[in-house]
Amino acid sequence: MTPELQQAGARVREAYAKKAGPGSSGGRAASYARVVREGVVDTSHGTILYLDDISVSFDGFKALNALSLDIRAGELRCIIGPNGAGKTTMMDVVTGKTRPDRGKAFFGATIDLLRLSEADIAQVGVGRKFQKPTVYERLSVFENLELSLAGDRRVPASVFSRLSGAELDRIGEVLTSIHLKPLAQRTAGALSHGQKQWLEIGMLLVQDPKLLLLDEPVAGMTDEETERTAELFLSLEGQHSLVVVEHDMKFVEALTQGRRKVTVLHEGSVLAEGSLADVQANDKVVEVYLGR
Amino acid sequence: MSAVLPAVLAGEREGPPAAPVARTGRRFYANAAIVAAFVSVTVLVPLLNLAVPASSAFHLADFHVALIGKIMCYAICALAMDLIWGYTGILSLGHGVFFALGGYAMGMYLMRQIGRDGNYRSDLPDFMVFLDWKALPWHWTFSDSFAFQMLLVVAVPGLLAFVFGYFAFRSRIKGVYFSIITQALTFAAMLLFFRNETGFGGNNGFTDFKRILGIPIAVPSTRMALFVLTGCTLIGFYLLARAIVASKYGRVLQAIRDAESRVMFSGYDPVAYKLSIWTVSAAMCGVAGALYVPQVGIINPSEMSPAASIEMAIWTAVGGRGTLVGPIVGAFFVNGAKSWFTQVFPEFWLYFLGALFIAVTLFLPHGLAGLFRSRRQA
Repeated sequence: MTPELQQAGARVREAYAKKAGPGSSGGRAASYARVVREGVVDTSHGTILYLDDISVSFDGFKALNALSLDIRAGELRCIIGPNGAGKTTMMDVVTGKTRPDRGKAFFGATIDLLRLSEADIAQVGVGRKFQKPTVYERLSVFENLELSLAGDRRVPASVFSRLSGAELDRIGEVLTSIHLKPLAQRTAGALSHGQKQWLEIGMLLVQDPKLLLLDEPVAGMTDEETERTAELFLSLEGQHSLVVVEHDMKFVEALTQGRRKVTVLHEGSVLAEGSLADVQANDKVVEVYLGR
Repeated sequence: MSAVLPAVLAGEREGPPAAPVARTGRRFYANAAIVAAFVSVTVLVPLLNLAVPASSAFHLADFHVALIGKIMCYAICALAMDLIWGYTGILSLGHGVFFALGGYAMGMYLMRQIGRDGNYRSDLPDFMVFLDWKALPWHWTFSDSFAFQMLLVVAVPGLLAFVFGYFAFRSRIKGVYFSIITQALTFAAMLLFFRNETGFGGNNGFTDFKRILGIPIAVPSTRMALFVLTGCTLIGFYLLARAIVASKYGRVLQAIRDAESRVMFSGYDPVAYKLSIWTVSAAMCGVAGALYVPQVGIINPSEMSPAASIEMAIWTAVGGRGTLVGPIVGAFFVNGAKSWFTQVFPEFWLYFLGALFIAVTLFLPHGLAGLFRSRRQA
């Protein structure tokens, strides 16, 4: 077979996989050969994040202990667990902040996260929200979003950068969805805690990541803000994959709506997985949360 | 950029769409006023010195012209400090080394311009004759060429900053650790330049300059030309710094200052940004040093002393970090006060400097510029 024919075949299969929609396993077609494109995430097997046997220890303390987890493309997954269960460390491993002692971490089928730097991981499409809202305090809300906008991240591009009409529209769109449009010119440091949380979520959205890791996104929000955030996340499901770490069970309830999967972490590995009602009824989970 | 905002805000009735435009307009006028002030200093000082008769009350003595020229060089350093400290959040306590290297590059050329007019009537600079050297050392090979030495003024500080910054930023050295290492850098350079074998005149450095580009250096017209050139350079660098901080590049720098981890997890590589502004800042200091030497008439390793670099940080902090004009005002204020104090109460100057720094830290966290700003907002 000539390379042209191979590439033509790959295109046909890709179109087929696209038609099957996100989250599908890709069926038999997924096992056919495809052209690997650098920096493009391959979710034809239906998995966007694959962690296998990840262990991290800090001075003998095992923060993650043979953690294995997979997130499907387009899935919204909630992760709960008591303090010190390893939720934040897991995010650190995925985003490149912490290198595991052993294990594998793949983004899609082809991108090995353990070989990339933090900035590269963000560029291939992993967005992360920190536990403590982290925004650029002395820049305006608008400028915060502008800097996060998907695009060339290199120095020369930034020197001569001008916003295009489409980019302005995109910022305007996100400003609306995070309810900060009237405050676009406000200095980010002057926002309330909940608004900063939203701004950081907005910064993730304009970055247009395939996978969003959200570490306690509703901490410090009012009930109404929490509700709106849940709506926002649910609207993202499908086009984006979301991993939400949260303590607020009401919020988890609103996100999973009784049918989405919840993962319980404990002492660095997965303790239970299933619907929220299932894991709440799980004896092991009850024991971990309430103590013996 | 702010000018296009109303388009985004169109249809948003509760937010006043006119506000950003008004703010941009005010900022433009403030900027124009600042540049006009610099230009008038650059024009008025030579006029008051040369055109106004010495008997007039408006006459400016040569001493004051030299002082203002010197302070303008310091103001360039303060501006460079502001880019790296005020905007990027990296406190350098070693910018004196870049200033001095620029000065030495200029000094080498000026030493060669002395020709046979030195004390020993030799082709070689006096200190080399004194050390009984027979020929120029290798690094003086092109010291006769003005163009080449001017290239070194920018290239040597820039290259040193680039190499030092590359290793420091790549290793993620931050905060106070970085500041301490920059102190060590300037101190090490000072010890190196103190040695006679280094070939830069040891602890005496370079002095007794006679001419520049074949023109006598001490005559009033040359001094004025240097003064005007320094003023123009300050204005040019101010406009350059304005353009830098107003660009997206400048906003990324500020983002690094406010939340570096956020910048990194947004896909930017902070090393490239920090390294580029660090190198630009060092090169600016090099140019300031090159303008300083012919006006002051001497360069020696004391410019590399840790205290000299710390003073630059004080000018910047007193003027107000992150405002560009603030550090320039700070350089004038602190050095003006120094000049006055060392004449009137010489023994109290260091106490005053210390008290000033404490007072600014406690009561004026945004410096003199912050004082002006808060009054305007009130």
